[in-house]
This record gives sequence, C-alpha cells and structure tokens, in this order.
Amino acid sequence: MRRYGQAAVLLALILVEVPAIVASFTMLVLAFGIGVVPLLPLQVRLVRRLAEHTRGLVGEWTGDRIDSPYLPKPLPPQRQADGMYRSNRTLYKSPRVPAWNDRWKWLVTDPATWRDCVWLLLDPVVKLALLPMFLLLPDRGLRLYSLWSELTLAATAASRLAGQVNHLQRVRNLAVDTQAAEMRRIERDLHDGTQARLVAIGMTLGAVEQLVDTDPAAAKALLAKAREASSETLTELRTVIRGIHPPVLAERGLGDAVRALAIDSPLRASVDVDLAHRPEPPVEAAAYFAVSELLSNAARHGGAATATIDISSNGPDLRISVTDDGMGGADPSKGTGLMGIERRLAAFDGVLALSSPPGGPTTVTMSMPRVLPQHWAGSLPKLPRWKAAVVAALWLTSWCPLFPQGIVAGIFKVFGLDEKSWFLALYLPEPWQWPVILFMITLGSAMYLTAVLLPACHNKERWLAEATPRRLWFNR
Amino acid sequence: MNRVLIAEDLYLLRDGLVHLLQAHGFTVVAAVESGPELLKGLIELRPDVSIVDVRLPPTFTDEGLQAALAARKQVPGLPILVLSQHVEQLYARELLADGSGAIGYLLKDRVFNAEQFIDAVHRVAEGGTAMDPEVIAKLLASNARHEPLAALTPREREVLEAMAEGRSNAAISQRHYLSESAVAKHTAGIFAKLGLAPSDDDNRRVLAVLAYLNSR
Repeated sequence: MRRYGQAAVLLALILVEVPAIVASFTMLVLAFGIGVVPLLPLQVRLVRRLAEHTRGLVGEWTGDRIDSPYLPKPLPPQRQADGMYRSNRTLYKSPRVPAWNDRWKWLVTDPATWRDCVWLLLDPVVKLALLPMFLLLPDRGLRLYSLWSELTLAATAASRLAGQVNHLQRVRNLAVDTQAAEMRRIERDLHDGTQARLVAIGMTLGAVEQLVDTDPAAAKALLAKAREASSETLTELRTVIRGIHPPVLAERGLGDAVRALAIDSPLRASVDVDLAHRPEPPVEAAAYFAVSELLSNAARHGGAATATIDISSNGPDLRISVTDDGMGGADPSKGTGLMGIERRLAAFDGVLALSSPPGGPTTVTMSMPRVLPQHWAGSLPKLPRWKAAVVAALWLTSWCPLFPQGIVAGIFKVFGLDEKSWFLALYLPEPWQWPVILFMITLGSAMYLTAVLLPACHNKERWLAEATPRRLWFNR
Repeated sequence: MNRVLIAEDLYLLRDGLVHLLQAHGFTVVAAVESGPELLKGLIELRPDVSIVDVRLPPTFTDEGLQAALAARKQVPGLPILVLSQHVEQLYARELLADGSGAIGYLLKDRVFNAEQFIDAVHRVAEGGTAMDPEVIAKLLASNARHEPLAALTPREREVLEAMAEGRSNAAISQRHYLSESAVAKHTAGIFAKLGLAPSDDDNRRVLAVLAYLNSR
C-alpha cells in the first residue's frame, strides 16, 4: 500500500514538472536568446530544487542514496588589505562583478546543470511509461524509477573528479596564501628585529674602532654593550626560528616536540603520543603549530588549568585531540586562532571539530586523512589467504618447468647431447620432444607471470579504491 | 681536574673553545666533531669535564645529547656540560633525570662571557650543576600559577632562580649584594615553603630544587 502512495506522489510531481518545463524553457530562451541573463540563475535554482527533491524522495524510498553532482559554490571574493577584491588572480574594486562572474561561470560550466534539464524534460515521459508497472508491480516500478534517477541525477565520475579538482584548487590557493603570509611575517620579524640590532652592533663596533686608541676605557664599555646586544639578537633570532620550525621538532619529532610544548605551557598538560613512526615534516609542523595554538588559547582565553593532548593514528589518518578544563564557549568565528589552524590543516585535507559548551570542557579534535604511510596501519594490501598460498606455491614450483624441463632440456636438444638426466621431454618419442619442451617453457613463464600479476592486480584494485575521492565537497 | 673533551661541529667555535679553555688552564684531551666519535671519547678517555654541542653530525638532530645521556648511563656522574643554540626544558629534564649532578646545560651565547662560562665549567667538573638562566626562567614561568611558588617573596624568587642555576651561596650573595647569612636565611625560607628537607650540601640542594620544579 505504501508503494502505491509513493508512486502516486511521483506521478503527482508531473503536475509540477510540466509547468517547470515550460517556465524553464521560456527562461532559457529569454536568457540566451535576447540576453536577459539574470533569468538563468533563477531557472537553475528551480530545476535544481526539483531534482534535489526527487533525489531525496528516491533515496529515502529505495535506500540508495543519490549524491548531488553539483560543483561546489564559488566562495565570495575576499576583501584584501588594500580594499580590492581578489578572484583567483584578478583584482576588482567591488565584490559584485567578480561574484556575478563566478556565479555565472559556476552555473553554466557545471555539466550537472544541463543534465538536470535533460532529466526534467524526460522525467514525465518516463513516469508515464512506468505507469503500468506502478499499478501492477509497484515495488519493481519504483526500482526501475530509481535506476532512471540514478542514471540521470547521480554524481558521475567526471563530476566527482571535477569537484575534487575544484577542492584541490581552493586548497592550493589557501596553502599558497598561508605560506606567503608566513613569509611576510618572518620577513617583518627579521627586518624589524634582527637586522636593526645587527646594524646597531655594527655602529657600536665602528665607534669602538675610533675610540680604542684615545679612550680605551670608553671603548671597553662600548664593547661590553656590543656583546650584550649580540646576545639579545641571538635571543630574538631564536624566537624567529621557533616560529619557522621549532628546533626540538626537527631534532625529536612530533611526540617530543609536543611534550616540550606541554612542559613549557603554564597548564598542567599530559601528553599521550601513539605513533609508530614520524610523519612527514610538513605534517609534523602543521600538527605542532595547531597544538601550540590550542594550548596557548586554552591558557589565555579559556582560563584552563589542565589539558590533555592525545596524538594517535587511525589507519593512515593522523588524529589529534586537545582537551582542556577551561570555561568553554570557544567560538571559531571570533578569534583568528582556530581559523588559522583550519587553514593550516586544509592543505592536508585535515578537518577540525570543536566542542566547547559554556562551562567547558573544550575538546578540539583534528584529523588529517592519509598523511601517514600506509604500512603503519598494518594495512598493506593484504591478499586473501588462498591467493597468498597460490602465489607462494607458484614461486616455489615455477622454476621447475621453466628451467630444467624447458630451457635446459631445449639447450641439450639443440646441441644434441646424449645425456637425458631427469628432463622429461628427452625420454619421449622424437616428435613429442619439441612440443613438450615449448609447453614446459610456456607453462613456467605463465606460472611466474601469474605469481607477479596476482598481487599486482590486487594492489591495483586497492589503489583505485583508495584514489576515489571520499569527501567531495569542501564546505558541506 | 682539568682534562677536557670538546664536541662541536663548527670549526670556528670548536677552535675558539679550545683556545678559551687552554687559556684558563685546561688540557684539551680531544676535540671531536661527530656523535659516534664523542661517545667513544667519553667512554674511553673519561675526561674530567666535557663540553658537548647538542646538534652534531651525522644526523644533525640531538646526536650530542643522546651521546651524553648514553655515556652517563655507562659512567654515572660523568661531568658533561651541554651547549645548544636553544634550550628546552624537555632536554634539561632528561639530563637531570639520573639525579647524579655534574651536569650543565647552557645556551651557546653564554660562551661570550668567558668568566662566567669558565666558572660553569669548573662547577660541572666539581660535580655541581650549571643550568641556563633561560631554562630556569621557563621552568618558573610554567610553574608560576602553582601554590607554593606563588607564595615566595620576590627576593626569595631571585635566590631560588640563582640557586636553580646551580650557584653556591657565596656566588648568590655576590650577585645580589646580600650577605651570605642572608642568603642562607632565604634558602632556608624557600625550602620550608616548598616543603623540602634542608641540606647543607650545595649540589644536593640544587638537585632537590630542580627535581621539585620538574615534578610539577
């Protein structure tokens, strides 16, 4: 009975779809025919809403979720320090033009826009064609309709990849921007601090040079000052270096570097690191600075007294959680700290989850997917046992047909040696000898080939499975 | 008490250290530039004091520190003064962990002040400690909120700082223009407030304070 109701809803939707077809046809003609371009977004929104609705219904009724195929929405242009708006690599005075351009490009270039149109046009026809099925076998009918929806509405491999490319492009821009900002900060630190101090030391030494003969006592005092200044410069330089790449991170890796952070922190922090090997240096650095920022946030704003840091691997994913007993209520939109961490993590597809109810405790969980080598997880593509046994047996036995029974017997025969040893072929009647030798060589080679190909194919399947994007949309 | 080993990979600094120490009456028994050489030297030569850079070839990580720790495991109490471009409380803890003293951990810039540096070398050679003021400052800063330390008077804090660096009562009194008896009074006050058993032995006393601070 429920199926009949669902079929009835689908059929009733035709009543919406037909006017939608008319409206959207009119809008498209107006938009592209006489240039009333603002109508296009309206049309797309209308069609998308219908398509999304159908995706939802079909997904709910048949249990096969249908993913949206749309490309992610372009980000609004960001206002820069100089008041200009940047869209990719072009600058604009007002955000409206680039926003409209981006939106237009997003709608027109998305193949899903046009696939939706085709779907809308054909959907009423398909539904009517399925009408007898809906009446006689509603289950089967719905199944067929879900296949049709899947065919026209689901995300294709191309749209998934396009989404991935889009995502990567955005992440790359973000990473480049973050890095450039870092560089600027370092430049400023070196310019305002270290460089200025070195100039001062140089000047002091120049004065010493002039004074050393006439007033040795004053020269000596100046030298002491120069030494002091060089000490201060070194202290400052150490701070700069810590901001670039903390020495303890380079020397000991993430685990001890975070332990050192915990010791230096005014919080009573306990650290639990469970990593079999060191991650790549950029991953280590991102994780380190994230923890450092979180600890100082907890101490400065959260009023926390203790903190727990937990770093572990979940398969090839790196997981970090930082919990403090502060007053909670942290809001990522208020400070730049959490956003900075998110930006840093984004370069590795990492995500940050914040749980900070008023009154605490605050827990920040960060996860960086697939940044650890695969073999850590003990998840090296593992062959099923029977396949592994076959491969082992092949490696153990395939030498026998190939070399002694095949190639060596062949050589004996070519040179006409009398020795037959244990070469099977040479004991056979003359006309059988060459075929058997060739058969043995082929058999041996085939066995070797299988022994190589079996695991290789397995790894390939595995590799393809891993390479298919799992998380498609950046902001959804 | 003046056979010294130097481990430093930068030629200029190594040479400078050799000259500095020779000028102050030390005999340089070896000047090495890599971790494995250092460990061999420490074990075989048993120098009266060694001056060791943390970062050494071949890995340029914490080779020197590891060699120092390994050598002290084999020869407990082997006097070693560790030099580094940066100081970490983590490393200080590791060096102090065996509780046997005769250990130093200083920033490289402390070499600029020859007099104080030589004093530190002597202290370590005699079984004392020489902790960099920066280590102590960080140690106190990260403990600042905890009860007994917050109860110290500013003067007691100063004395505690100097004491944690490894200085004797005489040295503290000189530095802070106090009489030795005043310093003794302050140290007694500090020990009472921190709940530590008082001790007349300078070295034991320093180690007790550092252990107390590190345990927090």
